[in-house]
Amino acid sequence: MKVLTLNFLTCAVKACKSTSTSFPLHPKDCELVSDTIEPNALLILNILPRIDWNALITTASELGFPTLPALPPTRDELESNEKMMSELHTLLLETQISEGSLVCGNCGHEYKIKEGIANFLLPNHLV
Amino acid sequence: MLPTPSTSHVAFERIYEPAEDSYLLLDTLSSENEKLFLQNRFRAASHSPSPLVLEVGTGSGVVLSFLNAHSEVILGRPDVLTIGIDVNKFACKATEQTVIVAQQELTAQNLSHGFYVGNVLGDLTSSLKAGEVDILVFNPPYVPSPELPSLPLGEDSTQTSFEDDSRLLALSYAGGVDGMETTERLLASLPEILSQQRGCAYILLCAQNKPDKVKDGIKRWGAGWAVETVGTSGKTGGWEKLQIVRVWRTDVK
Repeated sequence: MKVLTLNFLTCAVKACKSTSTSFPLHPKDCELVSDTIEPNALLILNILPRIDWNALITTASELGFPTLPALPPTRDELESNEKMMSELHTLLLETQISEGSLVCGNCGHEYKIKEGIANFLLPNHLV
Repeated sequence: MLPTPSTSHVAFERIYEPAEDSYLLLDTLSSENEKLFLQNRFRAASHSPSPLVLEVGTGSGVVLSFLNAHSEVILGRPDVLTIGIDVNKFACKATEQTVIVAQQELTAQNLSHGFYVGNVLGDLTSSLKAGEVDILVFNPPYVPSPELPSLPLGEDSTQTSFEDDSRLLALSYAGGVDGMETTERLLASLPEILSQQRGCAYILLCAQNKPDKVKDGIKRWGAGWAVETVGTSGKTGGWEKLQIVRVWRTDVK
Protein backbone atom coordinates (compact mmCIF):
# COMPACT_ATOMS: atom_id res chain seq x y z
CA MET A 1 0.00 0.00 0.00
CA LYS A 2 1.07 3.50 -0.81
CA VAL A 3 2.20 5.83 1.98
CA LEU A 4 -0.66 8.13 0.94
CA THR A 5 -3.10 5.50 2.27
CA LEU A 6 -2.06 6.40 5.85
CA ASN A 7 -3.77 9.75 5.33
CA PHE A 8 -7.14 7.95 5.03
CA LEU A 9 -6.80 5.21 7.66
CA THR A 10 -7.58 5.22 11.35
CA CYS A 11 -7.88 2.68 14.16
CA ALA A 12 -10.75 0.22 13.60
CA VAL A 13 -11.58 0.06 17.31
CA LYS A 14 -14.83 1.99 17.89
CA ALA A 15 -13.73 3.62 21.14
CA CYS A 16 -10.65 5.09 19.43
CA LYS A 17 -12.55 6.89 16.66
CA SER A 18 -13.31 9.98 18.74
CA THR A 19 -9.76 10.38 20.05
CA SER A 20 -7.26 12.59 18.26
CA THR A 21 -4.44 10.13 18.94
CA SER A 22 -5.92 7.37 16.74
CA PHE A 23 -4.91 9.30 13.58
CA PRO A 24 -2.54 8.99 11.91
CA LEU A 25 -1.53 5.45 12.70
CA HIS A 26 2.18 5.08 13.40
CA PRO A 27 4.29 2.89 11.13
CA LYS A 28 6.48 0.44 13.03
CA ASP A 29 9.35 -1.66 11.64
CA CYS A 30 8.17 -0.95 8.12
CA GLU A 31 9.90 -2.18 4.99
CA LEU A 32 9.51 0.26 2.14
CA VAL A 33 9.68 -0.40 -1.56
CA SER A 34 9.72 2.20 -4.27
CA ASP A 35 7.94 2.01 -7.60
CA THR A 36 9.12 4.18 -10.43
CA ILE A 37 6.23 6.34 -11.51
CA GLU A 38 6.20 8.98 -14.23
CA PRO A 39 6.00 12.53 -12.86
CA ASN A 40 2.35 13.51 -12.44
CA ALA A 41 2.21 17.15 -11.33
CA LEU A 42 -1.57 17.41 -11.83
CA LEU A 43 -2.17 14.53 -9.43
CA ILE A 44 0.13 15.96 -6.73
CA LEU A 45 -1.43 19.42 -7.08
CA ASN A 46 -4.96 18.05 -6.75
CA ILE A 47 -4.15 15.63 -3.94
CA LEU A 48 -2.59 18.45 -1.92
CA PRO A 49 -5.86 20.22 -0.91
CA ARG A 50 -7.34 16.99 0.45
CA ILE A 51 -4.30 15.95 2.48
CA ASP A 52 -4.20 16.24 6.25
CA TRP A 53 -0.83 17.98 6.23
CA ASN A 54 -0.04 17.57 9.93
CA ALA A 55 -0.66 13.84 9.65
CA LEU A 56 1.60 13.70 6.60
CA ILE A 57 4.38 15.50 8.49
CA THR A 58 4.16 12.84 11.20
CA THR A 59 4.09 9.95 8.72
CA ALA A 60 7.01 11.33 6.68
CA SER A 61 9.17 11.84 9.74
CA GLU A 62 8.33 8.42 11.20
CA LEU A 63 9.29 6.75 7.91
CA GLY A 64 12.56 8.69 7.78
CA PHE A 65 11.71 11.02 4.90
CA PRO A 66 13.01 14.62 4.69
CA THR A 67 11.19 16.93 7.10
CA LEU A 68 8.20 18.62 5.50
CA PRO A 69 7.52 22.33 6.06
CA ALA A 70 5.14 23.15 8.93
CA LEU A 71 2.51 24.50 6.53
CA PRO A 72 1.44 22.93 3.22
CA PRO A 73 2.68 24.78 0.14
CA THR A 74 0.08 26.69 -1.83
CA ARG A 75 -0.69 25.44 -5.34
CA ASP A 76 1.44 28.21 -6.86
CA GLU A 77 4.33 27.55 -4.50
CA LEU A 78 4.27 23.86 -5.29
CA GLU A 79 4.10 24.46 -9.04
CA SER A 80 7.27 26.52 -8.91
CA ASN A 81 9.14 24.38 -6.38
CA GLU A 82 10.67 21.46 -8.24
CA LYS A 83 12.37 20.02 -5.18
CA MET A 84 9.19 19.93 -3.10
CA MET A 85 7.25 18.46 -6.03
CA SER A 86 9.80 15.72 -6.43
CA GLU A 87 9.87 14.94 -2.69
CA LEU A 88 6.09 14.68 -2.55
CA HIS A 89 6.10 12.55 -5.69
CA THR A 90 8.48 10.09 -4.02
CA LEU A 91 6.68 10.10 -0.69
CA LEU A 92 3.05 10.00 -1.87
CA LEU A 93 3.10 8.19 -5.18
CA GLU A 94 6.19 6.02 -5.37
CA THR A 95 6.68 4.69 -1.87
CA GLN A 96 4.87 1.56 -0.73
CA ILE A 97 4.88 -0.13 2.65
CA SER A 98 5.34 -3.85 2.02
CA GLU A 99 5.84 -5.28 5.53
CA GLY A 100 5.59 -4.01 9.10
CA SER A 101 2.76 -2.71 11.21
CA LEU A 102 0.65 0.35 11.95
CA VAL A 103 0.14 1.23 15.59
CA CYS A 104 -2.78 3.15 17.11
CA GLY A 105 -1.57 5.97 19.35
CA ASN A 106 -4.62 5.57 21.56
CA CYS A 107 -5.13 1.84 22.22
CA GLY A 108 -1.74 0.61 21.07
CA HIS A 109 -3.21 -2.06 18.79
CA GLU A 110 -0.84 -3.12 16.02
CA TYR A 111 -2.22 -3.71 12.55
CA LYS A 112 0.12 -6.01 10.64
CA ILE A 113 1.06 -5.29 7.05
CA LYS A 114 1.94 -8.33 4.96
CA GLU A 115 2.76 -8.26 1.26
CA GLY A 116 1.53 -4.67 1.16
CA ILE A 117 -1.90 -5.43 2.66
CA ALA A 118 -2.70 -3.99 6.10
CA ASN A 119 -4.92 -6.23 8.22
CA PHE A 120 -7.65 -4.24 10.02
CA LEU A 121 -9.69 -7.27 11.05
CA LEU A 122 -9.91 -7.12 14.83
CA PRO A 123 -9.40 -10.02 17.22
CA ASN A 124 -12.56 -11.02 19.12
CA HIS A 125 -11.76 -9.08 22.30
CA LEU A 126 -11.59 -5.76 20.42
CA VAL A 127 -14.72 -6.12 18.25
CA MET B 1 -18.42 -0.14 -24.32
CA LEU B 2 -15.36 0.26 -22.13
CA PRO B 3 -13.19 -2.85 -21.86
CA THR B 4 -13.67 -5.06 -18.77
CA PRO B 5 -10.47 -5.68 -16.79
CA SER B 6 -9.02 -9.18 -17.04
CA THR B 7 -9.44 -11.42 -13.99
CA SER B 8 -7.99 -14.60 -15.49
CA HIS B 9 -5.39 -14.80 -12.68
CA VAL B 10 -8.01 -14.95 -9.87
CA ALA B 11 -8.57 -18.13 -7.80
CA PHE B 12 -12.35 -18.42 -7.90
CA GLU B 13 -12.51 -21.26 -5.35
CA ARG B 14 -12.16 -18.64 -2.63
CA ILE B 15 -12.92 -15.33 -4.38
CA TYR B 16 -16.25 -14.26 -5.86
CA GLU B 17 -16.19 -14.60 -9.64
CA PRO B 18 -17.45 -11.60 -11.63
CA ALA B 19 -21.10 -12.26 -12.46
CA GLU B 20 -24.27 -10.50 -13.59
CA ASP B 21 -24.18 -8.21 -10.54
CA SER B 22 -20.59 -7.12 -11.21
CA TYR B 23 -21.42 -6.38 -14.84
CA LEU B 24 -24.52 -4.41 -13.90
CA LEU B 25 -22.28 -2.19 -11.77
CA LEU B 26 -19.85 -1.69 -14.67
CA ASP B 27 -22.69 -0.88 -17.09
CA THR B 28 -24.36 1.50 -14.65
CA LEU B 29 -21.20 3.37 -13.66
CA SER B 30 -20.28 3.88 -17.31
CA SER B 31 -23.82 4.77 -18.47
CA GLU B 32 -24.36 8.19 -20.04
CA ASN B 33 -26.58 9.17 -17.12
CA GLU B 34 -24.00 8.36 -14.45
CA LYS B 35 -21.10 9.81 -16.40
CA LEU B 36 -23.06 13.06 -16.58
CA PHE B 37 -23.85 12.97 -12.86
CA LEU B 38 -20.26 12.16 -11.86
CA GLN B 39 -18.64 14.61 -14.27
CA ASN B 40 -20.87 17.44 -13.04
CA ARG B 41 -20.08 16.55 -9.47
CA PHE B 42 -16.35 16.04 -9.85
CA ARG B 43 -15.48 18.42 -12.66
CA ALA B 44 -11.76 19.01 -12.76
CA ALA B 45 -12.12 22.74 -13.41
CA SER B 46 -11.36 25.11 -10.53
CA HIS B 47 -8.78 22.66 -9.19
CA SER B 48 -11.21 20.67 -7.10
CA PRO B 49 -9.37 18.07 -4.99
CA SER B 50 -8.79 14.61 -6.47
CA PRO B 51 -11.82 12.42 -5.72
CA LEU B 52 -11.32 9.30 -3.57
CA VAL B 53 -13.14 6.21 -4.85
CA LEU B 54 -13.63 3.33 -2.43
CA GLU B 55 -14.93 -0.10 -3.27
CA VAL B 56 -16.04 -2.20 -0.31
CA GLY B 57 -15.83 -5.93 -1.00
CA THR B 58 -13.60 -5.79 -4.07
CA GLY B 59 -13.53 -9.57 -4.66
CA SER B 60 -11.69 -10.14 -7.93
CA GLY B 61 -11.22 -6.38 -8.27
CA VAL B 62 -13.07 -6.13 -11.58
CA VAL B 63 -15.20 -3.13 -10.54
CA LEU B 64 -12.51 -1.09 -8.79
CA SER B 65 -10.07 -1.81 -11.58
CA PHE B 66 -12.69 -0.68 -14.12
CA LEU B 67 -13.19 2.63 -12.30
CA ASN B 68 -9.45 3.11 -11.90
CA ALA B 69 -8.77 2.29 -15.54
CA HIS B 70 -11.54 4.46 -16.98
CA SER B 71 -11.53 7.34 -14.51
CA GLU B 72 -10.99 9.90 -17.26
CA VAL B 73 -13.94 8.64 -19.33
CA ILE B 74 -16.28 8.14 -16.36
CA LEU B 75 -15.32 11.00 -14.02
CA GLY B 76 -13.87 13.31 -16.63
CA ARG B 77 -10.47 13.46 -14.92
CA PRO B 78 -7.50 11.11 -14.52
CA ASP B 79 -6.39 12.41 -11.10
CA VAL B 80 -8.64 10.03 -9.19
CA LEU B 81 -7.54 8.04 -6.13
CA THR B 82 -8.85 4.50 -5.74
CA ILE B 83 -8.78 2.24 -2.69
CA GLY B 84 -10.28 -1.20 -2.00
CA ILE B 85 -11.37 -3.05 1.13
CA ASP B 86 -12.24 -6.73 1.51
CA VAL B 87 -12.54 -9.17 4.44
CA ASN B 88 -10.80 -11.79 2.32
CA LYS B 89 -7.02 -11.41 2.07
CA PHE B 90 -6.94 -13.40 -1.15
CA ALA B 91 -9.45 -10.98 -2.64
CA CYS B 92 -7.21 -8.07 -1.58
CA LYS B 93 -4.23 -9.61 -3.36
CA ALA B 94 -6.33 -10.48 -6.42
CA THR B 95 -7.67 -6.92 -6.63
CA GLU B 96 -4.18 -5.50 -6.50
CA GLN B 97 -3.17 -7.69 -9.40
CA THR B 98 -6.32 -6.97 -11.42
CA VAL B 99 -5.72 -3.22 -11.07
CA ILE B 100 -2.04 -3.48 -11.98
CA VAL B 101 -2.66 -5.65 -15.07
CA ALA B 102 -5.24 -3.18 -16.37
CA GLN B 103 -2.96 -0.21 -15.64
CA GLN B 104 -0.09 -1.78 -17.54
CA GLU B 105 -2.30 -2.34 -20.58
CA LEU B 106 -3.42 1.29 -20.52
CA THR B 107 0.11 2.62 -20.06
CA ALA B 108 1.25 0.52 -23.03
CA GLN B 109 -1.42 2.28 -25.12
CA ASN B 110 -0.46 5.68 -23.77
CA LEU B 111 -3.81 6.02 -22.01
CA SER B 112 -4.40 7.55 -18.59
CA HIS B 113 -5.62 5.77 -15.48
CA GLY B 114 -6.41 6.67 -11.88
CA PHE B 115 -4.06 6.26 -8.95
CA TYR B 116 -4.60 3.08 -6.92
CA VAL B 117 -3.39 3.53 -3.34
CA GLY B 118 -3.93 -0.08 -2.31
CA ASN B 119 -6.23 -2.62 -0.73
CA VAL B 120 -6.90 -3.03 2.96
CA LEU B 121 -8.08 -6.17 4.74
CA GLY B 122 -10.97 -5.10 6.94
CA ASP B 123 -14.63 -5.12 7.89
CA LEU B 124 -16.57 -2.64 5.72
CA THR B 125 -15.46 0.95 6.40
CA SER B 126 -14.20 0.40 9.97
CA SER B 127 -10.60 1.31 9.13
CA LEU B 128 -11.38 4.59 7.37
CA LYS B 129 -11.17 8.12 8.67
CA ALA B 130 -14.49 10.00 8.62
CA GLY B 131 -15.48 12.15 5.67
CA GLU B 132 -12.82 11.07 3.16
CA VAL B 133 -14.74 8.99 0.61
CA ASP B 134 -16.23 10.77 -2.41
CA ILE B 135 -17.56 7.75 -4.28
CA LEU B 136 -18.31 4.47 -2.53
CA VAL B 137 -19.23 1.35 -4.47
CA PHE B 138 -20.66 -1.76 -2.79
CA ASN B 139 -21.75 -5.05 -4.30
CA PRO B 140 -22.88 -6.61 -1.03
CA PRO B 141 -23.40 -10.15 0.13
CA TYR B 142 -27.10 -9.78 -0.70
CA VAL B 143 -28.48 -13.34 -0.78
CA PRO B 144 -30.88 -14.06 2.12
CA SER B 145 -29.38 -16.72 4.38
CA PRO B 146 -30.30 -18.32 7.72
CA GLU B 147 -27.19 -16.86 9.29
CA LEU B 148 -24.21 -14.67 8.53
CA PRO B 149 -20.83 -16.38 8.16
CA SER B 150 -18.44 -15.16 10.88
CA LEU B 151 -15.70 -12.76 9.83
CA PRO B 152 -12.12 -13.97 9.68
CA LEU B 153 -10.34 -13.05 12.92
CA GLY B 154 -7.48 -10.65 13.29
CA GLU B 155 -5.15 -13.51 14.12
CA ASP B 156 -3.36 -14.64 11.04
CA SER B 157 -3.97 -18.07 9.67
CA THR B 158 -1.96 -19.26 6.72
CA GLN B 159 -3.79 -22.54 6.27
CA THR B 160 -6.40 -22.61 3.56
CA SER B 161 -8.59 -25.62 4.09
CA PHE B 162 -11.63 -26.36 1.97
CA GLU B 163 -13.78 -25.10 4.90
CA ASP B 164 -11.87 -21.80 5.03
CA ASP B 165 -12.33 -21.30 1.31
CA SER B 166 -16.06 -22.09 1.58
CA ARG B 167 -16.47 -19.59 4.40
CA LEU B 168 -14.62 -16.85 2.50
CA LEU B 169 -16.82 -17.50 -0.51
CA ALA B 170 -19.96 -17.52 1.69
CA LEU B 171 -18.96 -14.11 3.09
CA SER B 172 -19.12 -12.76 -0.46
CA TYR B 173 -22.81 -13.65 -0.96
CA ALA B 174 -24.63 -14.61 2.28
CA GLY B 175 -26.48 -11.59 3.65
CA GLY B 176 -28.55 -12.94 6.58
CA VAL B 177 -32.13 -11.70 7.10
CA ASP B 178 -33.54 -10.34 3.80
CA GLY B 179 -29.93 -10.48 2.57
CA MET B 180 -29.61 -7.05 4.18
CA GLU B 181 -27.65 -7.51 7.40
CA THR B 182 -24.29 -6.45 5.99
CA THR B 183 -25.79 -3.81 3.69
CA GLU B 184 -27.63 -2.26 6.66
CA ARG B 185 -24.34 -1.87 8.48
CA LEU B 186 -22.75 -0.28 5.43
CA LEU B 187 -25.68 2.11 4.95
CA ALA B 188 -25.47 3.14 8.60
CA SER B 189 -21.81 4.13 8.09
CA LEU B 190 -22.44 6.35 5.05
CA PRO B 191 -23.20 9.65 6.87
CA GLU B 192 -19.87 9.35 8.66
CA ILE B 193 -17.76 7.97 5.82
CA LEU B 194 -18.93 10.00 2.81
CA SER B 195 -17.34 13.40 2.30
CA GLN B 196 -19.48 16.32 3.43
CA GLN B 197 -19.33 18.14 0.12
CA ARG B 198 -19.35 15.52 -2.61
CA GLY B 199 -20.07 12.10 -1.09
CA CYS B 200 -22.13 9.59 -3.07
CA ALA B 201 -22.53 5.81 -3.05
CA TYR B 202 -23.59 3.10 -5.50
CA ILE B 203 -25.10 0.05 -3.84
CA LEU B 204 -26.42 -3.06 -5.51
CA LEU B 205 -29.68 -4.58 -4.24
CA CYS B 206 -31.66 -7.64 -5.29
CA ALA B 207 -35.46 -7.96 -5.23
CA GLN B 208 -35.38 -9.97 -1.99
CA ASN B 209 -33.61 -7.09 -0.23
CA LYS B 210 -36.95 -5.18 -0.54
CA PRO B 211 -35.34 -2.26 -2.36
CA ASP B 212 -38.36 0.04 -1.99
CA LYS B 213 -38.22 -0.36 1.76
CA VAL B 214 -34.46 0.28 1.73
CA LYS B 215 -34.95 3.45 -0.32
CA ASP B 216 -37.75 4.65 1.98
CA GLY B 217 -35.39 4.17 4.90
CA ILE B 218 -32.74 6.36 3.24
CA LYS B 219 -35.34 9.03 2.40
CA ARG B 220 -35.98 9.30 6.14
CA TRP B 221 -32.35 10.38 6.69
CA GLY B 222 -33.78 13.83 6.01
CA ALA B 223 -32.64 16.93 4.17
CA GLY B 224 -29.31 16.77 2.43
CA TRP B 225 -29.71 13.21 1.14
CA ALA B 226 -31.24 11.69 -1.96
CA VAL B 227 -31.64 8.18 -3.31
CA GLU B 228 -32.57 6.91 -6.76
CA THR B 229 -32.43 3.68 -8.75
CA VAL B 230 -29.93 4.31 -11.55
CA GLY B 231 -29.50 0.85 -13.05
CA THR B 232 -31.50 -2.39 -13.29
CA SER B 233 -30.86 -5.84 -14.67
CA GLY B 234 -34.14 -5.45 -16.56
CA LYS B 235 -35.45 -8.90 -15.73
CA THR B 236 -39.03 -9.19 -14.56
CA GLY B 237 -38.97 -12.78 -13.36
CA GLY B 238 -36.63 -14.69 -11.11
CA TRP B 239 -35.76 -13.93 -7.53
CA GLU B 240 -32.51 -12.18 -8.26
CA LYS B 241 -33.68 -9.12 -10.10
CA LEU B 242 -30.94 -6.61 -9.49
CA GLN B 243 -30.78 -2.86 -9.23
CA ILE B 244 -28.19 -0.24 -8.40
CA VAL B 245 -29.23 2.59 -6.12
CA ARG B 246 -27.31 5.81 -5.94
CA VAL B 247 -27.31 7.51 -2.54
CA TRP B 248 -25.89 11.02 -2.52
CA ARG B 249 -25.53 14.21 -0.57
CA THR B 250 -27.54 16.98 -2.20
CA ASP B 251 -25.94 20.03 -0.60
CA VAL B 252 -23.03 20.10 -3.04
CA LYS B 253 -21.60 23.59 -3.19
